[in-house]
Parts: sequence; structure tokens; C-alpha cells
Amino acid sequence: MKKSELVLEVENVNKSFHDPMTIQVLKNVSMQVARGEFVSITGKSGCGKSTLLYILSTMDTDYEGELKIDGEPTRKASATRLARIRNEKIGFVFQFHYLLTEFSVLHNVMLPGLKLAMKSREEVEHRAMELLGELGIADQARKSANQISGGQKQRVAIARAMINDPLIIMGDEPTGNLDSRNSDIVFDIFRKIADEHKRSLLIVTHDQDFAERTDRIIEMDDGRVVT
Amino acid sequence: MRLLATIALTLLRAKLRQSIVAAVGVMFSIAMFVTLLGFMSGLNELLDGLILNRTPHVRLYNELRASPEQPVQVAYADSTSPADRPIHHFIYSIKPKDDLPRLRNATAIMAALEKDPRVLAVSPRLVSQVLFNVGTTDLSGQVNGIDVMQEVRYYMFQDYLVAGDPYDLANGNNTIVLGKALADIMEAKIGDLVQVTTASGDRTMLRVVGYFQSGITDYDKVQCYANIKTVQKLLARPASYYTDINIKLHNLDEAPTMAKELAARFGVQATDIQTANAQFETGTDVRNIISYAVGVVLLIVAGFGIYNILNMMIYEKLDAIAILKATGFSGRDVQRIFLLLSVIIGIAGALGGLIVGITLQNIIDNIPFITAALPSVKTFPVDYSIRFYVIAVTFALATTWVAGWFPARKASHVDPVEIIRGK
Repeated sequence: MKKSELVLEVENVNKSFHDPMTIQVLKNVSMQVARGEFVSITGKSGCGKSTLLYILSTMDTDYEGELKIDGEPTRKASATRLARIRNEKIGFVFQFHYLLTEFSVLHNVMLPGLKLAMKSREEVEHRAMELLGELGIADQARKSANQISGGQKQRVAIARAMINDPLIIMGDEPTGNLDSRNSDIVFDIFRKIADEHKRSLLIVTHDQDFAERTDRIIEMDDGRVVT
Repeated sequence: MRLLATIALTLLRAKLRQSIVAAVGVMFSIAMFVTLLGFMSGLNELLDGLILNRTPHVRLYNELRASPEQPVQVAYADSTSPADRPIHHFIYSIKPKDDLPRLRNATAIMAALEKDPRVLAVSPRLVSQVLFNVGTTDLSGQVNGIDVMQEVRYYMFQDYLVAGDPYDLANGNNTIVLGKALADIMEAKIGDLVQVTTASGDRTMLRVVGYFQSGITDYDKVQCYANIKTVQKLLARPASYYTDINIKLHNLDEAPTMAKELAARFGVQATDIQTANAQFETGTDVRNIISYAVGVVLLIVAGFGIYNILNMMIYEKLDAIAILKATGFSGRDVQRIFLLLSVIIGIAGALGGLIVGITLQNIIDNIPFITAALPSVKTFPVDYSIRFYVIAVTFALATTWVAGWFPARKASHVDPVEIIRGK
């Protein structure tokens, strides 16, 4: 595999919590995600899979080891630079949708795009509408974010993650709050993102059915990568 | 920045009621600040004006003094006693001259002062003690011969005339304006003739054309005003005979140095306004300090209101802060959003406060305030100086900025991982 094809590289990452006593939660974790790869991380509760994801997301900077996103080392990057990387190269989908209830659905999707400011407002709006259409919720665009159903909210969150065409989309139990029908919809969307848009996906899940349908499963146990 | 402002405004709209409460806090304090200082400063100006308007910045005069050198001192100027002790004189034979304290060379002094760039106005006076003959008794008084038009222009003479027209005094021959209290004692109506006796015994009839009221009764019982020519004629003195020269300067603060300089230059006595009225400035300063202190305290209280509300808002909006940070807004962006929120509240409050404050000032300005001491004042005085508005708005913005800064910084330090993982 060519190096430039790697979206995400992690080498020997260690992390410990010190409160109330020191517990090492990640032990020499190394992994890579290639462009267009649909990867899931599974493992028991407390095995460190979410902790790893938040380190990969650049939001958690309290760790040892090296993390490269799109070939760029992030260990010593400034907080502003990390915010820029998240804005430009990473999309997030969480278990909870985290939509801003004060804003409309459309505006929620647009916010990261407006922040990136690479395109005009009109272009961002156009792209947001396109994404909402692709996800089948274009008719909800003008509604307030708390007027739509749970499944729809999660799709809005996915559209928000996609607005800046990120290299990788990270998810922390994105189907955790959804019924099986909505879970399937979300999975199909992810599948399409990986196959058609050639974006990488890294999804933490404890849903075995979901994990088995992805390209690769990284299984973790007690802070180590097992497979 | 526009994006951050949009987010701030949207958050503000979502918490409209709390935001309005915070803005009203600022509004109230600004309104009180503006009203209080406007009113206080108005009163200060009024009280100071009572004396300061009427007082020349520098007054040149010639006081009656004992002769500083007695002949015996001149005669024995160089001598010492056999025991080499200075001789103590106890012979004081020369008494003050039997003359009015005229200013020598007054015309030349005035001509020189007119050319001085620091001087705004020069007006001569001729002050003389007289007796008013009322029935069988005599009342002592003081006639001030003035250049009426100069006094109207520079010393607000007309403000203290409760009846009559200054032009009648300026143009009339043998006319006089009596102190109100004196006129009441003499029962002199406007148009009446009063008989005046000078120190040298000359008698003249003068026509009353107005009443003067300074607000200080003892002063009004004695002081009268007449055209300077009338007084010169009354005393049988030539046209260049003056006892005082009153000087108004462009810059009040130059008065003490000017007074010293002029005294030395012209060989006369000179008093400056600061020396003559030191207590007024002290009073003004104290009143100003009190009003500023109250205003500033009000603003600080409003600042705490904003601080509280912003803190609450941040606590309620932790989710929003977390997702903004997750999707690429930096800590600084988040801080700016909340700082903007605070400043928007501050600006809205300050503008509202100015409107309410100016309205209150207008209301106070229309409340009747009639006092015998201040004939020209009919309502409470208010100083509409733009200075107070500028100070109030500046201070309001500074307070809200500081009050917003701490919560905003807290928001910028929110760890999104902690919030998101907590769910």
C-alpha cells in the first residue's frame, strides 16, 4: 500500500488516566486507515475503543505516541491548527446527534462549511442541500433541528460531517440510539460514502452485525489491538 | 467573524429573555449614570456660576493701605544704635491719603491688556461708598459704576436683574439698579427717584430702572449698579477715573500666574479667581467624585449580571460548544462568540440607557425649581454635556467586555471529549 494512500496512521499510542489512580487504557496501539476504507472498531465496554477514537479525532491531545492525519504529524500542532484539520479533513458522527437546536437543519449542515470559508455561502448552501437530498431529507431543510425525528437527526449529522468533503468520517456508536431500520439506513449511507465518494470511515461500534458488514474490523481488548 | 456574529446572535435570540434582563441591567445603570452626572454637573455649574460667573478671573485694584515707609524710616534708613541693634520705630505719622483708591494710569493699563492674547475681556469699574437718604435716615450702600454692555456680555449681568432692562442702565443718564433687598427697604419702585449722598457730601437724584438679585441677601442689601459715567459724574471725577479693572481670560487656569505678573507689571494689587474662591472648586470636586463613584458602582453591578447570565448560558450550551469545537471551531472562535454576545448585550443596554437617561434628564430639566437665591433659574439645572454620554458608553462597553471575558474564556476551555463522552 502506497504511503500517500494512508489517511490515518497511528504508531505506539499509549494513554493513561490518572484520576483517581493511574490506569493505562491504551497500550502500544498502532493502526492505519487507507483512503476509501470502511473500518470498524469493536470490543467490550471499557476496552479503550472510544478513547482511541477521540485521540484519532485530534480532540484528545493527552497521549504518547505519534498520530498522522493525511501524512501530517499532529503531535506538536497548535490547537488552532488541529481545529483546522478537524474542520477540513475529519467529519464526525456521534451517538447523540449534537445538532444546534437554535439553527435550522440546513444551517446546522452549513456551519462547518461556513467556518472553512473555502466556498461562498451560496455554494455551501447548495452543497448542503445536495447532501440532504442524497440522504433523503431535503424536505426537512428549513425545519428547526428539534422538529425532526431521531433517525432524521442522525442523517442531518452525517450531512454535517460530509459538508467539507473530509478525508475520513469518524463515528462513535452512530447507530447506538437508532432502531434497526434507521441503523440500516445509516449503514447504507456509510457504505455509499466509502464506495462512491472514496472517503474513509472509522466507526466505533458494539453492534456485531454492523461491524461484520464493514471492510475491516479492528478488535480491541484491554487497551490493545487484537486483530 | 460574520459567521461568529451570526452564531452569537442566534444564541442570543434563543435566550432572549435572559439577554434582555442583562441588557436592562446595563440600560438601568447607564441611564442612572447619565442622569445623575448630568443633574449633579448642572447643579455644580449653577452653584459655581452663582459666584464664578460674576467674578472676574483677575481683578486689578488699588487698596487703601498704611504707608509702607514712614518718614522716620527714610531718615534713619542706614543707622544703627550704638549697641548695633536695629532701631525700632514707633512713630507712624503718615495716614492713608484722603482719596478714593483710584487706579493710576488705568487707561494705559487697559490698552495694554486689550492687546494681551490671553485676555478675553477687560472691563473697568468705579466702586464707591454712598448713602441713600430715605426719609429721615440714611442707608449705606455701594455703587458699582460698570460698563453695562461688557458686564452683560461677560458676567451675565442680565441674569441677575429681576426687573428692568440692562439697556436702560447703559443708555440712561443718572439711572441706577438697586439691590432687591435694599429697594424693598427703601420702598423704591421702578421709575422712582432716590437721593444719593457721596462720601464728600455731594447729593444727586438717581432714577431707579431695575432691581438686582444675586441670591446673597447681605450683598443685595448694599450693592447697586450704575453706568460708570454716572458714577464718575456723581463723584465729580474725570472720565479715566476707575478703581478696578476686571479681566476675563480665555483660560481660567492662567489666572494665578497672570495675577502675579500683572501686579508686578502695573504696580497694583491683583487677585485671581482661584485664590478668591478656593472653596467652590473643592465642593465641585467632591460632588463629582461622589456621582462618578455611584455611577461606576451601578455599572459594575450590571457587569455582574452579565457575568452571571453568560455563565448560565455557557453551562446550558455545553453541547453546542462541544460540537462547534469538534467540527473545527477553535477555542478562540468560541471565546469570540461569547465575547460578542456580551458586547452585543452591552451595546444594546448602553443605547437603551442613553435614551432613557436623556429622557430622564429632560424630565428633571422640566421640574420647577424656584428659589429666591437664583432669579434666573426656573427649573432644575441639567448639564447635557456629551462628555457624560461618552464616558457612560465607554465604561459600559468596558464592563461588559470584562464581564464577558471570563465566561468566554471558560467556554473556550471546554473539553469537547468530556462533553461528548459523557452522553
